[in-house]
Amino acid sequence: MTLLARLLLGLMLTVTAAAAFAADFPALPKARGGDCVAAAPVMRRDHADMLKHQRDDTLRRGIRGVKASLKDCVACHSTDGADAKPVPITAPGQFCQTCHAYVAAKPDCFECHATTTGAAP
Amino acid sequence: MIKTVYSEVKPYTRGWLALVGGLTAVILAALFAVHTMEHQGHWVTGMTNQVVWGMPHVFAVFLIVAASGALNVASMGSVFGREAYQPLARLSGLVAMALLAGGLAVLVLDLGRPDRLVVAMTHFNFKSIFAWNVILYSGFFAVIGIYMWTMMDWTARRFYKPAALAAFLWRLILTTGTGCIFGFLAAREAYGAAMMAPLFIAHSFAIGLAMFVLVLLVAYKMTRRPLSDELLGRLLRLLGLFVAANLYFMAALHLTQLYFAGRSGVEAFILWEGGTVTSLFWLGQVGLGGIMPLIIAFGGCGHAPRKRLTMASILVVAGGLAQIHVLIIGGQAWPLDLFPGMEVSSSFADGRIHAYTPTLLETLLGLGGVAISLLITVIGVTALRILPTDLAPSTPDRME
Amino acid sequence: MTEVSRRHLLLASGAVLITRAAQARAPGEAASPSQRWGLLIDTAKCDSGCTACIDGCKAEMGLTGHDRPLTDAQYIRKLTVKDPMDGNTHFLPVMCQHCAKPACVDVCPTGASMKRADGIVLVDRHICIGCRYCMMACPYKARSFTHEEQSGQKPHLPRGKGTVEGCTLCVHRIDAGGQPACVEACATKGKGAMLFGDLKDPGSTIARRVAAEATTRIRADLGLGPAVRYQGI
Ligand code: HEC
Ligand code: HEC
Ligand code: HEC
Repeated sequence: MTLLARLLLGLMLTVTAAAAFAADFPALPKARGGDCVAAAPVMRRDHADMLKHQRDDTLRRGIRGVKASLKDCVACHSTDGADAKPVPITAPGQFCQTCHAYVAAKPDCFECHATTTGAAP
Repeated sequence: MIKTVYSEVKPYTRGWLALVGGLTAVILAALFAVHTMEHQGHWVTGMTNQVVWGMPHVFAVFLIVAASGALNVASMGSVFGREAYQPLARLSGLVAMALLAGGLAVLVLDLGRPDRLVVAMTHFNFKSIFAWNVILYSGFFAVIGIYMWTMMDWTARRFYKPAALAAFLWRLILTTGTGCIFGFLAAREAYGAAMMAPLFIAHSFAIGLAMFVLVLLVAYKMTRRPLSDELLGRLLRLLGLFVAANLYFMAALHLTQLYFAGRSGVEAFILWEGGTVTSLFWLGQVGLGGIMPLIIAFGGCGHAPRKRLTMASILVVAGGLAQIHVLIIGGQAWPLDLFPGMEVSSSFADGRIHAYTPTLLETLLGLGGVAISLLITVIGVTALRILPTDLAPSTPDRME
Repeated sequence: MTEVSRRHLLLASGAVLITRAAQARAPGEAASPSQRWGLLIDTAKCDSGCTACIDGCKAEMGLTGHDRPLTDAQYIRKLTVKDPMDGNTHFLPVMCQHCAKPACVDVCPTGASMKRADGIVLVDRHICIGCRYCMMACPYKARSFTHEEQSGQKPHLPRGKGTVEGCTLCVHRIDAGGQPACVEACATKGKGAMLFGDLKDPGSTIARRVAAEATTRIRADLGLGPAVRYQGI
C-alpha cells in the first residue's frame, strides 16, 4: 500500500507529471551546506524510510555519524529569517513543511526534535 | 427441562431512548475530557510524576476485573452444570465483553500517545506482563465470541462444552494476569506479590457478578420481563459467597504484608494513618463492599430478594471501586524507599506521602468507560437474542 | 587566585584527564557490549547547598520546565538522607541507575524501554506509548512523564509531550567521547564527587577504584545491578 503510494508519488514528482504539477508544486527553500545525503529523486522517494532506519540505528544501537541523521537534515534544510534568526523548520514555507503540506503528510517528529540547529527558537 | 425463549429488546421506546441518550452524553463528555488531556498534556489531570496512574486506571482495572467476573454466571451454568444459570449465559457473555471493551477504552485513551496504539499492537516485548495482558484481552473477546456463537447457533452446539471450558480457563488466566501487573512491582511495598493473583480472582467474582446483576435487574425492569425470586435469591447467596472470599483474601494479603519485614510502614499507612486511603479502605472496601453486603445476603433482613440483591450489588460495586482505588492510588501514595530505615527528602518529593486529587477530567474519562460498557450492552440486547423473555418459570433443579 | 579555586581547578582538570578513557566511536560503529558505563559517587564530597550537577543537567538537556514541581521532569535530583538514630545527614545525587537488569525494560509492553549494548538504559521515544508502567516499576523513581508540550528542545535531546523520559547518561556526549554533563559540572563547579568511566575496562580509574574500595549501590537487595555506585553511605 505505502509502497504503491511511494512509487506513484515518485513517478508523479519526477518524470511523467513533472510538467503538469510544476505549476502547483511549491518552491522549496534552498538548503545550505553541501550536497544532500543522496540524490534528490532518491531523497524524495526514500527519506521517510531512511530516517526511520537511522532512528533505530542511532537510538537503539548507538550508531552515530552516518548518513540520514534528522539533526543533519535540520542543519542543512533550515533557514535564517530576515532578522538573521533561525526559523523553525516546522514554520510555514519551510523545507519539510512545504512539501508535507502539499502531499498531506504529517510526521510528528518535531514535537520532540529541535526545529532549529541552535538551542531554542 | 423447560425451553428458554430469547428475544431482542424493542428499541426506540421512551426508556430505551433516554438510556441510550444518557449514556451517549456521558461518552461525549468523556471524549471531551480526553481531547483536553491529550491536547494540553497530562498536567491538567491530578496525575503527577509521583502518582503516575490515577482515576482512569481505577476505572479501567475495575471494568477489566469485573469483565472476567461477569462471565462467571455463564460458567456456573455451562461448566459447573447449574441449570438455573444457563438461561443467563448469553447475557453473561455479552456483559463480560462490554465491560472489557469499556475498560480497555479507558486504558488506551489515557495513554500519553493514544495515537500510537498501532505501535502497541505491532511491537511486543514478551518479557512484559503488560504485553501479555494485551494478548489475553484480545483473546478474551475471541474466546467469548466463539462461546456466544456456540450458544446461539444450534449447528455449532457440539463446540459448546469445549468453548465454555476455554472461556472459563481464559478468564482465570486473564484475571491472574491483571493481578500480576501489580504483583510484579517489587519496589512498590503495597503490592504483596503472592497474594495479588488470588485476591484479584476473588474480587473479580464479586464485582463481576454485581455488575451483571445490576444490568440484569435494570434490563428486566425496563422491559417488564418477569424474574423469579428464587433466581434472585440464588444470585444473592452467590454474591455473598464471593464477597466473603474477597474479604478472606484481602485479610490474608494484609496479614502476610504485616509479617513481611519492612512492610509495616505501608500497612500502617493503609490501615490507619492514610487519611482518604484509610477511610476508603475501612468504610468503602471493608464496610460498604464487604460487611454490609454479607449482612444483606445472609442476615435475616425481611426485604424482598429483589431489593436485597439490588442493594447488595450497588454496595459491592461501590466497595469494589474503593478497593481498587486503595490498591492503585494508595500503593503509589506511599513513597518508594531508596534507603530503608533512613529519612529521605529531595526536590522530587522523595520520602513524602504523595497526595492525589483527581480532576473532573480524569473522572469523566473513567465514567465514560462505564458508559461505553453499558451502551455496548444495550446495543447487544437490542440487536441479538440475548435476554430470555421469561425468567420466572419454576426452576427445574434445586441443587445448590 | 585563591587556594580553594586553584584546588577546584586542579580537581577539575584531573577529573577531565582521568575520564578521557571514553573515546568517540568511529562513525557507523555500534555501541559495544565490551563496555559498561558507570558512575562512582563519593558522598563525602557532596555538599548540602551545591546543585552543580542538577544545574549542569538542566542546561545540557534543555529541561526548562513549567514551574510545576509535581509534573516537571527531573533527570537528576539530590537526596538528603538522614539517619533517624543519630541525626547524621548526607547528601547524594540520584539519577537513572542504568541497571544491568532494569525493571523498566522488563515491564515495558512495546520495548521502548531498552538497554543499549554498553549498558545505557534509554527510552526509545519513537515507540513509547506513554503507559507509564516503567515508572511504576522503577525502584529509583528515575523517570518522568512529559506532562505537557515542549519547545526549545536541544538538538541532541528531543523531548515531547506524552512520552516517558529520564537520564540518558548523556549518551550523546559519551558517543562523542565525552562524559556526562553532571560529572563535568561537579568537577568544575562542585567538589568533584562524581567519577565516570567504563566498569568493564580494568585499566579505568572507576574500575580500579570499585575493585579496591568498598562501594554500595542503592537498593542492592533488589538485584537489579545498578551501574551507579556510591561511597560513604
Ligand atoms: C549537507 C547538507 C544536507 C543534508 C545533511 C541534507 N540535505 Fe537534503 N538537500 C540538500 C541540498 C543541497 C538539496 C538540493 C539538491 C537538489 O536539488 O539537487 C537537498 C535536497 C533534498 C530533497 C529533495 C528536494 C526536492 O528538490 O524535491 C529532499 C526530500 C531532502 N533533501 C531531504 C533531506 C532529508 C530528509 C535529510 C536528512 C536525512 C537531508 N535532506 C539532509 C542538502 C542537505
Ligand atoms: C517523543 C519524542 C520523539 C518523537 C516524536 C520523535 N523522536 Fe526521534 N528521537 C527522540 C529521541 C529522544 C532521540 C535520541 C536522541 C539522541 O540520543 O541523540 C531521537 C533520535 C532520533 C534519530 C537519531 C538522532 C538523529 O538526530 O539523527 C532519528 C534519525 C530520529 N530520532 C528520527 C525521528 C523521526 C523521523 C521522527 C518522526 C517520524 C521522530 N524521530 C520523532 C525523540 C523523538
Ligand atoms: C519533496 C517533498 C518532500 C520533502 C521536501 C520532504 N518530505 Fe518528508 N515526506 C514526503 C512524502 C510524500 C511523504 C509520505 C510518503 C512516505 O511515507 O514515503 C513524507 C513522509 C515523511 C516522513 C514519514 C511520515 C510518517 O508519518 O511516517 C518523515 C519522517 C518525513 N517525511 C520527514 C521529512 C523531513 C525531516 C523533511 C525535511 C528535512 C522532509 N520530510 C522533506 C515528501 C517530502
